[in-house]
Amino acid sequence: MAKHVPDDEVATSEQPIREEDKKPLFGRVSRRSFLSHLGAAGIAATAPPLLAATAAPAMEAVRDAAPSAEGTVPIKLRINGQDHQLQLDPRTTLLDCLRENLNLPGTKKGCDHGQCGACTVHVNGRRVNSCLSFAVMHPNDEITTIEGIGQPGHLHPMQAAFVEHDGYQCGYCTSGQIMSAVALLKEPVGPSDDDVKQAMYGNICRCGAYPNIVAAVQHARRQA
Amino acid sequence: MDAFSFTRATTLDQAIQSAAQSPTAQQGAEVRFVAGGTTLIDLMKLTVERPKQVVDINGLALDRIESTPDGGLIIGALTRNSDVARHPKVQRDYAVLSQALLSGASPQLRNMATTGGNLLQRTRCVYFRDTAHACNKREPGTGCSAIGGHNRMLAILGTSKDCIATNPSDQNVALAALEATIQIQGAKGKRNVPIAAFYLLPGSTPQRENVLEPGDVITSVTLPAPAAGTRSLYLKLRDRAAYEFALASAAIVIKVDNGKIHHARVALGGVGTKPWRSSEAEAVLQGHVADEALFRKAAEAALKDAQPASENGFKVELSKRCLIRALTMSVKLA
Repeated sequence: MAKHVPDDEVATSEQPIREEDKKPLFGRVSRRSFLSHLGAAGIAATAPPLLAATAAPAMEAVRDAAPSAEGTVPIKLRINGQDHQLQLDPRTTLLDCLRENLNLPGTKKGCDHGQCGACTVHVNGRRVNSCLSFAVMHPNDEITTIEGIGQPGHLHPMQAAFVEHDGYQCGYCTSGQIMSAVALLKEPVGPSDDDVKQAMYGNICRCGAYPNIVAAVQHARRQA
Repeated sequence: MDAFSFTRATTLDQAIQSAAQSPTAQQGAEVRFVAGGTTLIDLMKLTVERPKQVVDINGLALDRIESTPDGGLIIGALTRNSDVARHPKVQRDYAVLSQALLSGASPQLRNMATTGGNLLQRTRCVYFRDTAHACNKREPGTGCSAIGGHNRMLAILGTSKDCIATNPSDQNVALAALEATIQIQGAKGKRNVPIAAFYLLPGSTPQRENVLEPGDVITSVTLPAPAAGTRSLYLKLRDRAAYEFALASAAIVIKVDNGKIHHARVALGGVGTKPWRSSEAEAVLQGHVADEALFRKAAEAALKDAQPASENGFKVELSKRCLIRALTMSVKLA
């Protein structure tokens, strides 16, 4: 399964930090790279992270240190057909685990309280809000994220329908909308646009792309 | 979120023993079970819930829905709301429960939330959910910020001078009208609690919401066989057509024969500090000709003791109209 690689230059868990990037130059550190190095224990820490250059020396220390064993829980997660063995602070939500520990940032954090649906993923084929579940609650589950639904060049029909019907503007709710809509294909939903709206109301769109989202979903339903 | 130790219970006894150590099963519990997580994790993120230990009970085999010998239904506490709502026997014999569940939350939340967890759903009062504000339910003795504050969504029945928080669940209103019983297993063994006896009014102890003791696990909910000839429905009124809690709702179970009401069960949602079964309305309805005048009389009786707060006085009239409309619709269902 192809992983999404961030465009910014600084390190992911696959790439080491270059020497020049360790220097405290403001702007060299991206939020994503900083957070990806903190890992679960750091994210759960009570002190807020400083997104400034002064964080660089701390970044090195955290990157080199093994994750603290105290209070962490071993968990094997199966995401998009691939197994991952992790050692997690149990406070890590499934959402944060996907985004920060597994470098799968396609799932978005909108409200973090189960009210917007941006974090929608599939657990055993059923749509759920990943922000309201701890990662360690899913040892035997098949989890599917937007990265597992389709890829550029091999889009899921629902993704293709969203493109064709312009079912998004800023794109932030979109992965949640698509995951919700794909799950909907296997649920008993009536044929009308109103039925689709009723089935999709757990996904909120601040840009108001709703009419096009409904059109995209209906298009994909007719194909399925 | 406070750090906690995480364990998974593989047997019911393990779950009971883990939680029996907590000084309380009510607000302030040190050990919490997690099933769907849709209430608990939400409140833990707000530090309203601060357990030291979280016990995952999803591995307990309590997720079956089965008929009872007398024609009733026993619903495992770990069944997901969406599965209960779509179960053929629930849709056929307990339509009010299916409608109530489908009117609540979102498809994603319904796929996570469980029957037992929904029984224990917490109030949406903004002051309860915000640790910056005084709240007698969250921190006994600190005062009620809602009385005299923003209380539009809060209760008009069952309130006290210490708390006016609504119970927001739809499921529980339907279960109240269906006269469900709740099966609990704890450190002292098993017991059966009728839903009418499960919830506590806030009184001077709003931090105590139900009769659960430390170690208690809700294992199932049992519905009696539907009374012959009855129909049921759920009507929910709210600010938006979807994805919003009730301002007022009504669960009706009713049998009409030759224009007369032979069996009536009425429960109100959105207006009570607990799911509000209205024996007052039922007494008015029983044995009388089903017409609008009777429904109005029942609604007046149901809301007679309503005590509105500064922003929710509209709920008195809204709840009456909700009940009248629900009765009107239910009588046409035969």
